[in-house]
Amino acid sequence: MSAAASASPTPTSQNPPDLPHEAPGTSGRKKASGTKGTPGRKGRKPAERRSLRERLRQDRTLLLLCVPGILYFAVFFYLPLAGNSIAFQDYQPYLGFKGSPLVGWDNFKALLEQPEFWTAVWNTLKISAVQLILYFPAPIALALFLNSLISNKTRRLMQTVVYLPHFLSWVVVVGMFQQVFGGAGTVTSYLNDHGVHVGNIMNNPDTFIYLITSQSVWKDAGWGAIIFLAAMASIDTSLYESAAMDGAGWLRRMWHITLPGIRPVMIMLLILRLGDILSVGFEQILLQRDNVGRDASEVLDTYVYFHGVVDGDWGMSTAAGLMKGVIGFVMIVLANKFAHRLGEQGVYQ
Amino acid sequence: MSTAPISTTLRPESQESRESRKGRTGSRKRRGSAERPAWMEQPNPAAQTLKFIVIVAMIVAVGYPFLLAIGTSLSSKAELAANGGYVLFPSHPTLEAYRVVLSGGVITRAAVVSIGVTVIGTALSLLCTIALAYGLSRPRTFAGKPLLLIVVGTFLFTPGIIPNYLVVQELGLLDTYGAMIAPILLNAFNIIVVRAFFQGIPDELHEAARLDGAGELTILCRIVLPLSKAVIAVVGMFYAVTYWNSFFNAMLYINDPDKLPLQVVLRSYVLQGDTFNAKALGVSVLPASTALSMAVLILAVLPIIAVYPFLQKYFVKGVLTGAIKA
Repeated sequence: MSAAASASPTPTSQNPPDLPHEAPGTSGRKKASGTKGTPGRKGRKPAERRSLRERLRQDRTLLLLCVPGILYFAVFFYLPLAGNSIAFQDYQPYLGFKGSPLVGWDNFKALLEQPEFWTAVWNTLKISAVQLILYFPAPIALALFLNSLISNKTRRLMQTVVYLPHFLSWVVVVGMFQQVFGGAGTVTSYLNDHGVHVGNIMNNPDTFIYLITSQSVWKDAGWGAIIFLAAMASIDTSLYESAAMDGAGWLRRMWHITLPGIRPVMIMLLILRLGDILSVGFEQILLQRDNVGRDASEVLDTYVYFHGVVDGDWGMSTAAGLMKGVIGFVMIVLANKFAHRLGEQGVYQ
Repeated sequence: MSTAPISTTLRPESQESRESRKGRTGSRKRRGSAERPAWMEQPNPAAQTLKFIVIVAMIVAVGYPFLLAIGTSLSSKAELAANGGYVLFPSHPTLEAYRVVLSGGVITRAAVVSIGVTVIGTALSLLCTIALAYGLSRPRTFAGKPLLLIVVGTFLFTPGIIPNYLVVQELGLLDTYGAMIAPILLNAFNIIVVRAFFQGIPDELHEAARLDGAGELTILCRIVLPLSKAVIAVVGMFYAVTYWNSFFNAMLYINDPDKLPLQVVLRSYVLQGDTFNAKALGVSVLPASTALSMAVLILAVLPIIAVYPFLQKYFVKGVLTGAIKA
């Protein structure tokens, strides 16, 4: 998801100027002590270079505070990251990580020969493409609409309404769609009673892509609009005013002022989306996989889950997961490069 | 949550936009009408109608599924049968379905598990988040930058399902409540949000406290935390919602039916069509199964609806702070 938000590795140095935390005096001192090497802590003499031991002792409370959190990331992020090396092993649970034999690229070769794997890749790309075309503009359109509401009260009410579904679980969202569009759902029954036979929309493999896209729009378009609304709020209103004076109607103002104003945000989110091109709503699809069958709904994540955890093909499915991760990473880097070339800021510098 | 730096767009203009907003309200007072700026053309009735229709459509799209679920959960068997399965406004509302669901059977048990996991998990998550965010928020701490990189690095890559599963297995957490908490204990985004907020607290406060002899822990508890209630409430809500809604981890790591949380149970009844079993629910006669399903669904939504209005005004700010800083 929020893949390359790592943007600036040192956010400290990029604080917005209006945040009070770096008072002018502070930054001056920082510079002064920086030239001397080891900087001193607040309120103490930023004197000569202190020994490692002294610094450790001085910061021990702060460092101790970091321990549980860092430990968490080590165990539940970096350890599994390293654990991806079983993609190069014929991993057997009873032999364990150390006992399983190394097989080099065999898992990857076997994977690429599996037709199911290619079905999963194809479905993933198809869903990603449809979502890029149909889902991606939804938060922008919604933000444009909310932004056009002049009464603050109405706007706030609408924001409350459209943000809410974001906080529901996928189980609840799919359950709600079921009661409306399922075989016995209210809309389905209504349409059937009036001579339109749609069948069970929830079980139709042919329209599955559009079903999950509309679910995503219902759940997350509102939440996605927040960032665009913020970008629109930061556009200088005098631009609109002078444009209106020059006779530009609302459509022209939107096209020439609002949209260019939110372009950096659009590009950034597009880059992040490209990085996520191989992950499409895992829980959402997992929950509905039984309804529409594997052919229509198997995506890379569900493939990894069913072949690995369910069928016990550890090495090969880890290989699939690793490939997905690496491709996502490369996509972000490439998309960002491309954005820079076009003169955009991108996700990171 | 896809969030990332939108610094360039947001940072420099914030001052101006605040001013212009002031200007706008000023002009409103002069004109005495709505908040429409003077330069904007008068509303076109067709456009107004269209906007109104869109507003109503959005409210219906979000509200209708909720109302339908509530109505159905309150309906009697006969009424549901007469209306083809779902009822929007029951003529004789009955709480029978809720009574059955909460009578001590599997669903009550699952709700208790979910509440327990959410409460304990959120408390632990907040504790670790605050500690780590504070540890990383002070300038020039020993090894501060590498530690921050460890946190931010988690944005770049996802380790994958299988290695995560193997780690949980190796730690002996399979089939324990811990498996529903430990793997999602911390979220780098939340840490960045809290850290950014802590950094916004003026240094003078720290310095004054230190002159009075306060250590870092005292400063954190006595000065920083009381000033950070809003951001802690928002981040706490994000964590609580994650725990409450988490479904896949439970499905992956928990086999013991007594330890399953509400979301997994909800899935088996509502989505997989498992039939309700009177004995498992701890009652003798069952109401309609759709009413029961919807009662479980409402149960799974209720806590979120309950806290949402209180936190709504804060979370936009929380999200944006994180977005600017990340």
